[in-house]
Amino acid sequence: MKNFFGNPRLQRYGRTLLILLLIIVMTGPEGNGSQPTSGFTGSFGNHMSFFGFFYPQRWVVFVLLAGIIYGVISSVKLTVHWWRNRAIFRGDTYQRISRTVVATKRRSRLKSTRLGFYALGLAFALYFPHLVTDQSWQTLVVQDVLVYLLLALGLNVVTGFAGLLDLGYVAFYAIGAYTTAWVTGSLPTPPPFGVHWNTFVAIPVAIVFAMLCGVLLGIPTLRLRGDYLAIVTLGFGEIVYLFINNSYGITGGSTGTNQIPFLSFHLGPIKYLWGLIPEPYYYLTLAFVVIFLIVFSSLEHSRVGRSWVAIREDEVAAESLGIHPLKYKVMAFAIGAASAGFAGVVTASQTLFVTPPTFTISFSINILVLVIFGGMGSIFGVVLGGLVVQGFVAYLTHSPPSVYNAADLYMYLGALLVVMMIYRPAGLFPSRRRLRELHLIEGGVAPDTLQVEIGAHRVQEDV
Amino acid sequence: MGSLIFDVQDVTLRFGGVVSLNNVTLHQNRGEILAIIGPNGAGKTSLFNSLTGVYAPQEGTILFTNSQDKSISVIGKKPFRVSNAGVARTFQASRMFSAMTTFENVKIGAESHRGLGVVGAMLKGPATRRDDRNSDQATKELLEFVGLTSQANTIAASLSYGARRRLEIARGLATKPEVLLLDEPAAGTNPAEKIELAQLIRRVRDEMGVSILLIEHDMKLVMSLAERLYVLNFGSVIASGTPDEIRANPVVIEAYLGSADAGVAEETK
Amino acid sequence: MSYFSSHFATLGHEFWGLLVGGIANGFIYAMVAIGYTMVYGVLRLINFAHSEVFMTGAFASFFLLKFLVGNSTPNAFESVVYLIAAVLIGGIVGALVALLLERVAYRPLRRRSAPKLAYLISAIGASYFLYNFVGKEFGRINLSIDAPYTNNTVFTIFGAPVQTYYIVIFFVGVTMLVTLDRLVATSKLGHGIRAVAQDAETASLMGVNIDRTIALTFMLGGFLGGVAGFLYSIPVGAVYGMGFTPALKAFSAAVLGGIGNLRGAVLGGLILGVVESLSVAFVSGAYIDVVAFGVLVLVLLVRPTGILGERLGRSA
Repeated sequence: MKNFFGNPRLQRYGRTLLILLLIIVMTGPEGNGSQPTSGFTGSFGNHMSFFGFFYPQRWVVFVLLAGIIYGVISSVKLTVHWWRNRAIFRGDTYQRISRTVVATKRRSRLKSTRLGFYALGLAFALYFPHLVTDQSWQTLVVQDVLVYLLLALGLNVVTGFAGLLDLGYVAFYAIGAYTTAWVTGSLPTPPPFGVHWNTFVAIPVAIVFAMLCGVLLGIPTLRLRGDYLAIVTLGFGEIVYLFINNSYGITGGSTGTNQIPFLSFHLGPIKYLWGLIPEPYYYLTLAFVVIFLIVFSSLEHSRVGRSWVAIREDEVAAESLGIHPLKYKVMAFAIGAASAGFAGVVTASQTLFVTPPTFTISFSINILVLVIFGGMGSIFGVVLGGLVVQGFVAYLTHSPPSVYNAADLYMYLGALLVVMMIYRPAGLFPSRRRLRELHLIEGGVAPDTLQVEIGAHRVQEDV
Repeated sequence: MGSLIFDVQDVTLRFGGVVSLNNVTLHQNRGEILAIIGPNGAGKTSLFNSLTGVYAPQEGTILFTNSQDKSISVIGKKPFRVSNAGVARTFQASRMFSAMTTFENVKIGAESHRGLGVVGAMLKGPATRRDDRNSDQATKELLEFVGLTSQANTIAASLSYGARRRLEIARGLATKPEVLLLDEPAAGTNPAEKIELAQLIRRVRDEMGVSILLIEHDMKLVMSLAERLYVLNFGSVIASGTPDEIRANPVVIEAYLGSADAGVAEETK
Repeated sequence: MSYFSSHFATLGHEFWGLLVGGIANGFIYAMVAIGYTMVYGVLRLINFAHSEVFMTGAFASFFLLKFLVGNSTPNAFESVVYLIAAVLIGGIVGALVALLLERVAYRPLRRRSAPKLAYLISAIGASYFLYNFVGKEFGRINLSIDAPYTNNTVFTIFGAPVQTYYIVIFFVGVTMLVTLDRLVATSKLGHGIRAVAQDAETASLMGVNIDRTIALTFMLGGFLGGVAGFLYSIPVGAVYGMGFTPALKAFSAAVLGGIGNLRGAVLGGLILGVVESLSVAFVSGAYIDVVAFGVLVLVLLVRPTGILGERLGRSA
């Protein structure tokens, strides 16, 4: 009997069946506490009729969407793969091995390839508003895709470059948004010097504020092991949320504010007002994304970026070379915080309101998903991953299929995180360096610096 | 010559109740190749860790004096500060950044002593670019010096033991140290590599003027390389002197014969 | 000055009441903290999804009590039986969920000795999946528990009433914690857990089945977590997001006592519960959750190894 159930093929089928059932229930109707089984039974058709579950349109939608996502991802990957191979190992059959062992000498070649990709992407992005003229779509793209990209690029510095798990990232976003509201005089707290400042003034103020909070939180906690950092930042995010939700006299409490003025520009004869039309916001935010891309990729390939890699790989060795680990970690943390603060200004100036529900801890998880999905540490990956995931989320928000309930978003995102960690821990478009590090850690060659002493280790397959 | 680079006075290091270093007093002259030998568990690596700021001994003083005659007290300083003062080291089980290339490993050392310069790094200003070119140049020269030029683009994890040792030496030298601490550099290398390594170490001293402090088990290597030795046993210095004096010292022979390292004692004779 | 003196006056008035409430909360934190500490012992990582074990335990007991009690008023004997049943079902479901977590979110990563960051992310994902899944299936509103007893004042300490609820928590808590302590100290399983916690490699060479030990560790922690979830939900009800805050506090308790240390977790839980309860006199209600976090940060800054110290593998 044990042999029968121990059959690996049977186990695989069993697992597949279980996953299938889980997906059916996940995409099924909502249940409720008074009829605890209704959600499950409803998933398999109305009134438990067995054949019912073959009909529901959710199957069509589900399969279709999965197909589209898969198609997009694999075609992008194929293209990237083809380009890389073309550029590096023309006609080489064992590139897969050599790629992990021998680094490429033709970095510049690869760089130009990548630049080509970015140029194509940028051209498409510039043309996009003419392609999709529906304003509700444009608004979604600005608020649900581009702003998220800004945030993901910032978190990538913390988690991807420096290898620190920051779950309270949303707090800095909130700080940025609320600083905007404060500076423009939209909060119960009077604005600085009693002047209702222009929103652009909020940008430096928010960056400095967020950065300061990042440094103050970072200095004591970044000395600790990585998992402690995660939980302390989690607590920090929760505290900031509690604060903005409860301080009616300072932040407007649970209702927040909707008094933030339109973004405008008034310098001598040059005037511009970003009004209700999303297109100008689109271009502005796109410009910010491009700036982030440029700045962070030069950061990655700078001395600072290399020091982060060194600390990530072996903190003891890095310190023996004169690198101050804490300083660099705090630096990464502060840069991440500043990016989130900046993104907060962008959001607040576009939605014109700030309310606490935007800034729950879950939001950090959403951003983390983008970073993980694309491949942490790889700017290219984070951008692509962010586009795929947030593009899909924007689609679901815009025209939700009957199987999708917006409240279930985090159920899907959570599942996605687990699936990624099991099957593609380096992300779908990983940076080659990160992949190499992962292989070396998993092969036991390189130390795992998140925690030097490793409790888990290879265990033999049970028979 | 003649001035002290390391002056260690009465250093005692304890872990809980275990005494790892007991009243250790030793000194190193500038420009000297000094070796520390002793059986396993004698406290050699603990001494290294104390000299580089990894451990903070409870008693005693460790003074490091640089070529401008400025002394710093090492005890209580963090490792990166000690490194910045001019002390470089290698590790017993070599610790490279294994997912990086040889070139990148050394380059990290070459640029680690500069300030943060984040804004410069983000904007890639002309000063940053110049710095970067200088580090590249320094890295190339060092790789040439240790003979790893042909493997500059190899991932460190796939280097041979001998090459890893040389890489670690190059990486340490890249920080422009005044003294280089080598923790068992010959471990895991073959006889041919050992000879090359000895030559390299001597060249580091002769051509770069970097003092060498060495822990080594391979007696042949130590005796041919070191100008002076200290012998540690159970955390205490039991003898010191030139290789010839050590060879003839009955206390040393006793210590080695009394320990499991009898084979080493054979070589000592 | 007057601020503090008036607050201390409040504290003086309500001291015993707050103390009793704090100890009760402390037992709940302790039971959850045990789960963190045990998993930390064998895997050296924080089980981020433990909050959902807590939550599912509460839901399981909710459904059972709804079925058993309904609109009836149970007599004394029924009360005791229902209570034991609810505790058991909460614990069993908690243990099963913990086991499932280990299987799905951890074991595949252990198989290829993934970096720690991967475990954390995987656990966070599992946690988000679980609690939103429960929210989807059972609604996102607070479900109030049909307590199988009437919450009378049983006796008073210095004028502070001690209700049935506190008695229940005290009995269940002490029973669970003592049993667990004995189990880990004396049983074969306990030896296995301690061996794995000390040195997994050597333990596996000595014939300890690592996979099974880790799974059982998760289940033990999960059982206590599930029971704690039930006890916690009796006065406040069960809701899908209920795990987050108590779990964060319990984690703080585990760190306070010294993570990896079983008795430390209990001590930390009780201290945290009491400190938090007494701080009501000084902190306004909305910010009461901040106290535990403040304690966590303070401990991490001053003494990261906790009161009793990190005694990995030498638990109990």
